[in-house]
Amino acid sequence: MASDPGDAGRPVAVRARGWGWRHATRTAWALAGVDLDVAPGERVLLLGPSGSGKSTLLAGLAGLLDGGPDGTGEQAGELLLDGVPAREARTRAVAAGTARTGLVLQDPLAQTVLARCGDDVAFGLENHAVPPDRIWPRVDAALRAVAFPYARDRPTARLSGGERQRLALAGALALRPGLLLLDEPTAMLDPEGAALLREQVVAVLAATGATCVLVEHRVAPWIALVDRVVVLAPGGGVIADGAPDDVLAARGAQLAAQGVWVPGCPALSPPRPAAGRSAGPSLLCARGVAVRRPGPPAPAVRDVDVDVHGGRITCVVGPNGSGKSSLALALGGLVTPAAGELVAGPALARGLGPQPARWRPRELVTRIGTVFQDPQHQFVARTCADELAVGPRRAGLADAQVRERVADLLDRLRLAPLARANPFTLSGGEQRRLSVATALATRPRLLVLDEPTFGQDARTWAELVRLLAGLRDEGTGIVAVTHDEALVDALADDVLRLRAGRPDVDAVPAAGRAR
Amino acid sequence: MIRPGAPGPPDPPAAGAAPPGRGAIARTNPVAKLLVSLLISLVLLLTVDVVTAAAALALECLALPWCGLGARALARRAGALLVAGGSAGLVAALVGVDGGAQLAAVGPVTVTQGSLLSGLAVVARILAIGLPGVVLVATTDPTDLADGLGQVLRLPATPVLAALAALRLFGVLAQEWQDLAHARRARGLGGGGPVGRVRDVLGQVFALLVIAVRRGTVLAMAMESRGFGAAARRTWARPSRLRPGDLALLAGGAAVALTATAAGVAAGTWRLLLG
Repeated sequence: MASDPGDAGRPVAVRARGWGWRHATRTAWALAGVDLDVAPGERVLLLGPSGSGKSTLLAGLAGLLDGGPDGTGEQAGELLLDGVPAREARTRAVAAGTARTGLVLQDPLAQTVLARCGDDVAFGLENHAVPPDRIWPRVDAALRAVAFPYARDRPTARLSGGERQRLALAGALALRPGLLLLDEPTAMLDPEGAALLREQVVAVLAATGATCVLVEHRVAPWIALVDRVVVLAPGGGVIADGAPDDVLAARGAQLAAQGVWVPGCPALSPPRPAAGRSAGPSLLCARGVAVRRPGPPAPAVRDVDVDVHGGRITCVVGPNGSGKSSLALALGGLVTPAAGELVAGPALARGLGPQPARWRPRELVTRIGTVFQDPQHQFVARTCADELAVGPRRAGLADAQVRERVADLLDRLRLAPLARANPFTLSGGEQRRLSVATALATRPRLLVLDEPTFGQDARTWAELVRLLAGLRDEGTGIVAVTHDEALVDALADDVLRLRAGRPDVDAVPAAGRAR
Repeated sequence: MIRPGAPGPPDPPAAGAAPPGRGAIARTNPVAKLLVSLLISLVLLLTVDVVTAAAALALECLALPWCGLGARALARRAGALLVAGGSAGLVAALVGVDGGAQLAAVGPVTVTQGSLLSGLAVVARILAIGLPGVVLVATTDPTDLADGLGQVLRLPATPVLAALAALRLFGVLAQEWQDLAHARRARGLGGGGPVGRVRDVLGQVFALLVIAVRRGTVLAMAMESRGFGAAARRTWARPSRLRPGDLALLAGGAAVALTATAAGVAAGTWRLLLG
């Protein structure tokens, strides 16, 4: 728009020289010695193992890191947007009424600011002191640019994760940034939501010509979109920089070993399932089960029939909102079904009544282990070792036995070096391993996992697949709620497809192997 | 009924920015409602006497039909208020300072005209203070209130908006609380005696705080990346100002406060608390 300050939307050039950042609370530098030039309009995919400071670099580019005397850390070197230090560029842009950078983060729930969609997009414009009469046309344009399907007054509380991410993208776009910063924007979305968001990002970049710096673990879906791949080393420095194909050809194996989802890399091929196994005893039998969640009057899921056997893996799949997680709560004995019958077989109940939701917590943990989507929900202790000891202690094991199990699990899941660390300080992959380990500590016959591979890097993914296959071979029954088709391909013996709260009868019958 | 998270047709546009409920008072500027609530509370906090409180309560009830709340909605929202007021009044009637004729007695507990009156005063006062607050909360959208606080009262925008964003985060945390309860049962926690239960709840509260801090940090980043807190000046997308109807409500509120106090003084029951 001609009346806007001249900088609006002009693609930004990025220049980093020996740049580094140390958070005030840490002694180690989050990253150091970064040299990087990004030309205006270039689209860069930033790769590197978790902990290599990718998110910190994005925060720095967004001008959110304050290395000053009252700041949150210490800065080294320089980080320039069009020749201006990033933090100053932000301040100047806010004063001029238009942002230089727009940032979209990973967690959909945490980055919605206001209660109505239109207000949420308008929030940035208000902060940039855009005159009120010009705010709403720009809000509408931004919502149109991401093909937002709802009116401005749609409550944000009613959006799905993917819709929230598109709203966040619109909120950034409304400010006409010359540099779009995307920090794993699709990591927490289901495949359909992720694909939609990617389409919007592609369309937006084509329309604006903005520079883009993107952080993502899953490379394949984005590779066609980017001009360049930059690989950060753990602790700092750029170790590879170039055209996507060249970098992946030269560094693919190394990146895969660090957990990056490199297309076509052999590390991802799943282990072969044990051949010729017969199903174990029936653990859980659901007939016409419905589960109701607090709030909506209609059940989140209904009419579910499923049989869970020892030594078999049942995958429950379906898009977000299909009721998968609600079903997992019922199968895990955490909520009582609103209708239907859910009966634990004698092999699982071991002397208790047939309804898992009636079992006492200490009885439940030795029979069914549930691993939640967000590991942090399940952490209750100060150290990883204590965390693993909670379940066995509740189950009434003697101290010596508890210590033995803890030590065994720490070794098996490569957590021994972290035994004394606080669970909340671990990386995402470490937290996932720990949460699975806590469920295994009480040796349940049935393991229920809700999106176990959600947001995980390739290495943790492969470890989980191996671990679950091993448990299956030992006779544990496993139910995995997931929208990760690769996980289903690798492990599923039975597949239950849900859609809109019911079994999807039109779906292709489970690709399960014969018993 | 559209499930949360499910794609659905666009919502029909709401009538202006009006919160749920109809009525002249419901539609006034939230700041006017807030000021009236504060004024009436202040006047009633000055004194504990049955005449002032009852007069205020009676006048408030006269205004109720314009508050945009149906009888059922009002009863649901005011339920806690009625329970609190009723029980406090009962206690005052039973153990309050006796005076006048004795009306009933069970052992040492006596109900006299004096203690009954003070009980009634307590009930009327709690209801008269609480009712405007109930109407305010039930008919006000927090975003509109923040707009009013920033533009009409010209409070500093940063804390007002930070509080508003925190309020939205609370909605998310309510769901997290549910998830935490399930997650902790899955870890084998809960089901102990009363002492264990208290410990479990405390642990769950702590876990919720950790999650709140984590989400709050991300939210702060998202807000800052959109220029929050960086500029001395900001604009407001939704203009909020006092209109004639809001001034009428303020005048009405002042009239209620004055009339109630005058009634109390005239009856000779008005007495300055802690005066």
